[in-house]
Amino acid sequence: MQRYSGFGLVKHAFGHHENWERQWRNPEPKKQYDVIIVGGGGHGLATAYYLAKEFGVRNVAVVEKGWLGGGNTARNTTIVRSNYLWDEAGRLYNHSLDLWKGLSQDLNYNVMFSQRGVLNLGHTLQDMRDIQRRVNANRLNGIDSEVVTPQQVKEIEPELDISNRARYPIMGASWQKSAGVARHDAVAWGFARGADSHGVDLLQNTEVTGFKIRDGKVLGVHTNRGDIEAHTVGCVAAGNSGVLAKMAGIKLPLESHPLQALVSEPLKPILNTVTMSNHVHGYVSQSDKGDLVIGAGIDGYLGYGQRGSYPTIEHTLQAIVEMFPMFSRVRMNRQWGGIVDTCPDACPILSKTKVKGLYFNCGWGTGGFKATPGSGHVFAASLAKGEMHPIAAPFSIDRFHTGALIDEHGAAGVAH
Amino acid sequence: MFYIFCPYCKEHREEEEFHPRGQAHLLRPEDPENTSDEEWGDYLFFRDNPRGIHHEMWVHSVGCRKFFNITRNTVTYEILETYPMGEQPTITADSPEIRHEQGAQVADGGWQTVGARPENKALNEETSS
Ligand SMILES: Cc1cc2nc3c(=O)[nH]c(=O)nc-3n(C[C@H](O)[C@H](O)[C@H](O)COP(=O)(O)OP(=O)(O)OC[C@H]3O[C@@H](n4cnc5c(N)ncnc54)[C@H](O)[C@@H]3O)c2cc1C
Ligand SMILES: [Zn+2]
Repeated sequence: MQRYSGFGLVKHAFGHHENWERQWRNPEPKKQYDVIIVGGGGHGLATAYYLAKEFGVRNVAVVEKGWLGGGNTARNTTIVRSNYLWDEAGRLYNHSLDLWKGLSQDLNYNVMFSQRGVLNLGHTLQDMRDIQRRVNANRLNGIDSEVVTPQQVKEIEPELDISNRARYPIMGASWQKSAGVARHDAVAWGFARGADSHGVDLLQNTEVTGFKIRDGKVLGVHTNRGDIEAHTVGCVAAGNSGVLAKMAGIKLPLESHPLQALVSEPLKPILNTVTMSNHVHGYVSQSDKGDLVIGAGIDGYLGYGQRGSYPTIEHTLQAIVEMFPMFSRVRMNRQWGGIVDTCPDACPILSKTKVKGLYFNCGWGTGGFKATPGSGHVFAASLAKGEMHPIAAPFSIDRFHTGALIDEHGAAGVAH
Repeated sequence: MFYIFCPYCKEHREEEEFHPRGQAHLLRPEDPENTSDEEWGDYLFFRDNPRGIHHEMWVHSVGCRKFFNITRNTVTYEILETYPMGEQPTITADSPEIRHEQGAQVADGGWQTVGARPENKALNEETSS
């Protein structure tokens, strides 16, 4: 792999930037691998990267039906934070945040991780109690988080309307300074390039159509490019996890819903941080390019259409204008949707299944981008050792039968 | 925007008058005392999540406030029928006719879609997921 550096940039300038090496190969599928990862989104690619780099499993394939990082990874609003309520979730998301900090260096790829902070606004007394409780829990878990007053909110984000004229006046917020945003495509590409350089085969345009299972053990996958064998298969297919599970005769407690996002025309720098509100139900940040990146909730019904519905757009923009009245005449440039797999307790599933050797990493719902490096890291450790990593273990499918749920609806950021 | 036929009001109304309430026809275990954790978990949390025909419960929340069921395609978003609580769907994933001629609204014809129209096949194909 050609390493990127300032010197390299200068050197390639002399060749008119025409001789850069491809970022990853485009190999033919082999007959057999040690591990197959189904799904070439951020989580699948991160899993493959850490498997090869940290756990020495180099005979790995990532099987992706479309192109790398073309799923939710390319469609999300890029918010990274770890201020979750419960210990289990706090550990998982904070493990990820720790990895984000060194990710560009580790991958030799600029993922543009920008720790510009995240505000979670409160508009009611109950909101403020929940925020206080969550901030306390965060601090006990070593996660930087504080409760801020409306005046402090105004100092952080001057354009927010903190007046009493608002229909839902802002009563305060939680503030995680170390949170922020990252460039989503770069995350997928960086992990892809890193995995490829450690020998992982990235198989694009390859759709898994079934599993080879004998005596309760997985032996490989069927794809539109033929059968591929492996005794360990990890499914990381976000919104399509339910469809894959069904092929393997497994039921998951997931429901797939469209979640949409919008970007405005580019503006001069106006926002400092990421502002989220669960109550008026919308969130916004500004990309480095200048556009406002806006999102809100899922469509309430199941759907596999990557568009999302009109009433949700209207509702989202109402919330944004409630918080930032000055945006009322900003034009929206584009809108799109992704398919998110929501779990009953708003926490992901990282788990073995009743089929030996078949693992699932899914159910991240509306908030998995922030977990990309952490999820990949602990899932890779689990696949390599055949035992769930201690950070991943509480997220087993069993919890829906034992009752040990991890109820993160309050901290999920988007009500659903 | 869905345009939904309420089987009680007997009228088409806009989506925003309604709330979706999840999968229809879920049966609470009949003998709670002798129901295992496994069965309770299945009942409470595990859902069909099909790409295709789905039976779901909706409530006409700012209309008659009654619950009813819808058979809908989760890929094309067509509403194939709406029917009162207690009744069974006439269209299921196994119905032979749905494969070709989708979109027969039993109460009153007309496509009900979000975004792309079902007759435009190209638009309905996913780019990637
Ligand atoms: C609009 C929107 C906004 C969001 N905002 C945020 C945010 O601000 N912060 C945050 O933390 N999270 C956010 N999320 C959630 C986040 O995007 C996801 O949780 C995360 O990207 C999941 O990553 P993944 O790698 O698991 O999934 P994906 O990137 O979706 O990858 C799954 C891959 O599996 C492939 N696949 C599916 N079926 C098959 C098959 N049969 N064979 C082969 N391949 C298959 C798909 O093509 C896809 O590429 C948002 C999501 C959306 C849609
Ligand atoms: Zn009605």
